[in-house]
Amino acid sequence: MISGITKDYICRLAADGKRMDGRKFDECREIKIEKGVAKNAEGSTQVRLGDTTVMVGVKMAPGEPYPDTQDSGVLTTAAELIPLASPAFESGPPSPEAIELARVVDRGIRESKTVDFKKLCITQGEKVWVLFLDIHVLDYDGNLFDASSIGALSALTDTVVPANRFELGEDFKLEVEHYPVSCTSVKIGNAILLDPSLDEETVADARLTVSIDENGDIRAMQKGLNGSFTLDEIKSIINISKIKGDRIRELIK
Amino acid sequence: MEQLIKDGRRIDGRKFDELRQIRIEAGVLKRADGSAYMEWGGNKALAAVYGPREARPRHIQNPTRAIVQCRYNMAAFSVSDRKRQGPDRRSVEISKIMSEALEHVVFTEQFPRASIDVYIEVLQADAGTRCTGLTAASVALADAGIPMRDFVSSCAVGKVDGQIVLDLGKQEDNLGDADLPIAIMPRTKEILLLQMDGHLTIEEFNKAVDMGMNACMEIYEMQKEAMRKKYPGD
Repeated sequence: MISGITKDYICRLAADGKRMDGRKFDECREIKIEKGVAKNAEGSTQVRLGDTTVMVGVKMAPGEPYPDTQDSGVLTTAAELIPLASPAFESGPPSPEAIELARVVDRGIRESKTVDFKKLCITQGEKVWVLFLDIHVLDYDGNLFDASSIGALSALTDTVVPANRFELGEDFKLEVEHYPVSCTSVKIGNAILLDPSLDEETVADARLTVSIDENGDIRAMQKGLNGSFTLDEIKSIINISKIKGDRIRELIK
Repeated sequence: MEQLIKDGRRIDGRKFDELRQIRIEAGVLKRADGSAYMEWGGNKALAAVYGPREARPRHIQNPTRAIVQCRYNMAAFSVSDRKRQGPDRRSVEISKIMSEALEHVVFTEQFPRASIDVYIEVLQADAGTRCTGLTAASVALADAGIPMRDFVSSCAVGKVDGQIVLDLGKQEDNLGDADLPIAIMPRTKEILLLQMDGHLTIEEFNKAVDMGMNACMEIYEMQKEAMRKKYPGD
């Protein structure tokens, strides 16, 4: 919930071409990525996007393949919106918001072939590597989609497959083949704002996340909230996401 | 690898921009306030609307407007490997984005504290169930007499064998390179739902979204026709 005064203020500012924290419409908050923050994980990162903090950990273990992809490793993504991170989060089973977040991050990685899961096959049809990607939100100040997917991608670049522990040979570094970077924008009135803060996200009419790879191709998209976009707005969001994504990619690598 | 396009035709004989067979019927259930049945290719879905009625539990009420709560559910027998009953993560996500899309067209401000409940049951799945469900749901809302700005019309576009094609079938969906479901408010062409996974260049995206929006306009006509058939006098 947000007070009517704050809401009016944000909307008036947006109509004037301004934002509460002084950013330009197409300006991200500062991004800080720290890798290797959890020693017991195969790969981990802590990402700060302004005052939003997300920790992402990768754990791996041998397991069974899915019946329809006998020669591929398995990716399992989960997001937890723990009550520590916001007064709005409650304990209990995952909310629709947490599920949407995990699934959008999961698709960004899975469908863009960030990791070649065929290389995570141990014995075809019997044993493959299962990669658990866990998103742990620590401080929620808006735009969990980008903080989490930046965290997920950088955690993968930090991952060493623990083959030795399971007596499956030497440990090896997980190969990251593509670098899709997700950028989220929201619409407030007629203004399109990149990387919304919590207050901006709360008053936004519509949200669009676009994931673009190193070749400038689109790998995943997700529109949310009950407002709408025109086709021109979507095209301009794709364009901004491509430019900003290139810069964020350098930080992740 | 199986070829999905041969001699400029798709595996089921369709052209690149051709929809599957679609049938919509409004007002098919007795108890629901509004309902619709839809067949789209091999998809079969029912949508029912209850409300506006008091939103419960009370903490979910919005004092300024109604909320639209959509529940997308697949019957256990609707897919080839039995689906366990109850909501899984996929259906929770689909329900959420559908609720959001429908909320945009309903005049929610007329019903403070109320809930408009939309139940979508997929009885037979054949790729494109979210578009089928959402299209049927907006007909059910109209059938319930809910004041609306417009229908929501939905369709998916995808890429198979490097070609942008409309309304993916099951095999195309499984083996294709990209899938892009969209939903629009046809009167204004505003985009209410948009998802994408796979791999599209920006040019391909532009082509796909144009193709999808044109198809939504075709589906819009079928939705209006379904209502005319149910209420011929109005």
